[in-house]
Amino acid sequence: MDRYLVQEVIGLGGMGAVYRARDLHFPNVIRLVAVKEMINQAADPILRQTIIQNFEREANILVTLSHPSITKILDFFTYEERSYLVLEYINGKDLEALLNTTQGFFPEDQVIAWAIELCDVLNYLHTHKPEPIIFRDMKPSNVMINQQNHVILVDFGIAKIFKVGQKGTMIGTEGYSPPEQYRGEASPMADIYALGATLHHILTRRDPRVEPPFTFAERPIRQINPAVSIELETVINTALQYNPKDRFQSVQAMKDALLVVARKTGALSRVALRTGPLAHEQTIKPLWTFKCEDEIRSSPVCDGNAVYVGAYDHNVYAVNSTNGEFLWKYPTEGGIVSRPTVSDGIIYFGSEDRRLYALMAKSGRLSWVYDTEGPIRSSPRAFEGHILIGSDDGFLHAVNLLSTRVSWKLDAGKAIRSSPAVSGDMIFFGNEDGDLLSCDLRGQIRWRFRAKRAITSSPLVARGIVYVTSMDGTFYAVDAKSGWAIWRFRMGKASVSSPCIADNYLFAGSADGNIYCIEATNAKEIWRFKTDHQVSGSPIIYQDALYCGSADGNFYCLEYKTGRLRWKFSTGGAITGTPFVSNDIIYIGSSDHILYALLP
Amino acid sequence: MKKFIEKLLGKKKVNQSTIETAPLSEEQLGSVSERLVHYKPTQLLVGSAQSVGKQRDHNEDTLLAVNAVLSDGSTEITFGVFIVADGMGGHQNGEIASGKAARVMADYLLSKLYPTLLGLRFDDDNDSLQEIMEAGVNRAQQAVLSKAPGGGTTLTAALVIGDQVTISQVGDSRVYFLYPDGRIQVMTHDHSLVRRLVELGQISEKEASSHPQRNVLYRAVGQSEPFRPDINTHVLPNPGYMLLCSDGLWGVVPEIEMLRVVKAAANPTEACHQLVELANSAGGPDNISVVLVQRLD
Repeated sequence: MDRYLVQEVIGLGGMGAVYRARDLHFPNVIRLVAVKEMINQAADPILRQTIIQNFEREANILVTLSHPSITKILDFFTYEERSYLVLEYINGKDLEALLNTTQGFFPEDQVIAWAIELCDVLNYLHTHKPEPIIFRDMKPSNVMINQQNHVILVDFGIAKIFKVGQKGTMIGTEGYSPPEQYRGEASPMADIYALGATLHHILTRRDPRVEPPFTFAERPIRQINPAVSIELETVINTALQYNPKDRFQSVQAMKDALLVVARKTGALSRVALRTGPLAHEQTIKPLWTFKCEDEIRSSPVCDGNAVYVGAYDHNVYAVNSTNGEFLWKYPTEGGIVSRPTVSDGIIYFGSEDRRLYALMAKSGRLSWVYDTEGPIRSSPRAFEGHILIGSDDGFLHAVNLLSTRVSWKLDAGKAIRSSPAVSGDMIFFGNEDGDLLSCDLRGQIRWRFRAKRAITSSPLVARGIVYVTSMDGTFYAVDAKSGWAIWRFRMGKASVSSPCIADNYLFAGSADGNIYCIEATNAKEIWRFKTDHQVSGSPIIYQDALYCGSADGNFYCLEYKTGRLRWKFSTGGAITGTPFVSNDIIYIGSSDHILYALLP
Repeated sequence: MKKFIEKLLGKKKVNQSTIETAPLSEEQLGSVSERLVHYKPTQLLVGSAQSVGKQRDHNEDTLLAVNAVLSDGSTEITFGVFIVADGMGGHQNGEIASGKAARVMADYLLSKLYPTLLGLRFDDDNDSLQEIMEAGVNRAQQAVLSKAPGGGTTLTAALVIGDQVTISQVGDSRVYFLYPDGRIQVMTHDHSLVRRLVELGQISEKEASSHPQRNVLYRAVGQSEPFRPDINTHVLPNPGYMLLCSDGLWGVVPEIEMLRVVKAAANPTEACHQLVELANSAGGPDNISVVLVQRLD
């Protein structure tokens, strides 16, 4: 005890502390050592003695080891209820600390170099005579990277001897160990799995200890870190197989595979297990097309055998839904960017000429018109004999269909481009100031929730929760009754895309080019699909597929549960509207002036 | 979704043959017509019970229930915080761990939510409920690490605001939803290693029941490794119940029995008491904690 002068605590483990100490046996040089302290907690004297014997036996084995990647054991002793191991002091950081103190992904070449060294040291242990040594505890925190950028294994699990069997429920942190370890089996294949798990963690920066055990396959490396080669992913996936016999049968074999990856000979691609979701790009031909005089940035609606769509050419068109024949058009004095609503044979829509129009759906003849004080970009909603519509004048207007006059107006303080949602006796809408507002059917505000930037998208109400995206790049879930935010989900950029829901999944696009799928109860990302430009249109779900356009000009059909691409259809311009499905036909407009009818 | 709705609405099993039924007694009619009463404001009826069990010599469980309602002309808020924590580890650290975790969690939730709930203070940059729950669990974790080193605890917390309940889960205490039509649904996922091995088909149910690590949790408050709780928001059963309990109840009393007791009991407190009795009469191998919340609306 007098030989080692403790300088500071450098680590705390379950069984005791690790200290940095100076070895006073060499008075003329400063020789630093690491002293690992383990506290014997056994109450029973026989058990205590057994633990000490086991400790000394294990320590004696470790003392005989000699490998550049293994910390040398300099000394060990027991003092009262504490036992100590004196180890060579490593000036460096362990991989977990490195993960915590750096950002971004480690370069693949670096990880391969570390991995090959780890294979070397495991191979040394596994071929140890007379008995192979199974490391059993491969994880980032047990791998030090020294000043020369070489790996050193630091913890030989000797501390485990001091774990007294506990009664009742216990904590066992998992993450890196293979399933068979819990049957009490320890083989070289267990170390191979744990090495795979360690590599998975450092390549993806997804900590397996915060995920349910044995779920690496649910977090494909290249999906998280696309910079990793498919060859390296394959090696790690092989190491992570549930079944020991499906893994590499020796660390030597794993090292060989890594060397092949390192040389990039491509040999591994021939045995590649998975090549990732390959899209089956069917060719989709439109059933018909209909050309307007200017861009279609709005969304179509189908009712009976007619499709109605507004265009930037100021017209609303009615087109036969089965063959695309022109039925009628009605000219306004401004662009039309919203979606018309059809109710009781009347079609309602707003125009940038500030007016809300009501036309006879059959003939396109004007029934009545209602003036607001600003351009209209919000889509009308019908409820209880009223049309609700927002305007850039900052008011939500409730227009009575019998009198064609306003029943009430709600002052939202800023332009309303979001389309109101009605659920039960409540109305929800956003404004350009970043407010999500809730009012009753008489226009009395119930609550106001503030986002950091405009809410242009239209809220979706499901199971008592209002879902909405904002220009601040956040997807919000807000309690419909109280206006409390339940969760927030960060997207890469602003969003004006209105969410839709299927099962427990929510979908919305973002200006970062992605279509996101997140779990409604907890905001966990299920998948994201990258398009080549902003997604400002809104997705819809029909049967088992999601349909959504992108400003890259493509119209996408994805399997909604997985985000896998089924097909895409290219148009000649950006798609910013929302599709509409009726009788298995999908209608979508594009900035190439064309309204498409697609039959998937 | 479809399945969920079916579950929610209950698959209607219509008995085709006509069976003569005895006329209902006044009491039975009362219990049926009672549903038609509309309680205003919406409120929660809460019961709880706890027992050390028959085989342990001290209690390491903690339960906590806070129930509030605020109603005036413009606001109507139902609010509740319900927690069950099941401590583990020697040197009395188990009970310290569960007690600390539950208290710290409740303190954080209340201090964060109460002022805003009462409309006294508004924060433009309010965290979402799920973020607040997660921060609360992290505080509990810090408290256990420093005040009960070596100890650990499960921590199951349910935060009711309005119609929604946000549940955070660490460990293997559980939250159930019970519906008057006879459905009982477990809303939490046990962080049990052996459960996970069974799910993966690595061991059988039979092996699981005698597995040496059947009591091992892969996630618990107090563990040295970092973790994240499961956090989910659901619509509180209406009509119906939410039940929180430690494994001293769910490991011993079958779900069908829980449902029967809850439906038959005069009130939630009575139901909790009877559930604890049932667990004890089945041997009471562990501490038992139960909180039952009924929504009246």
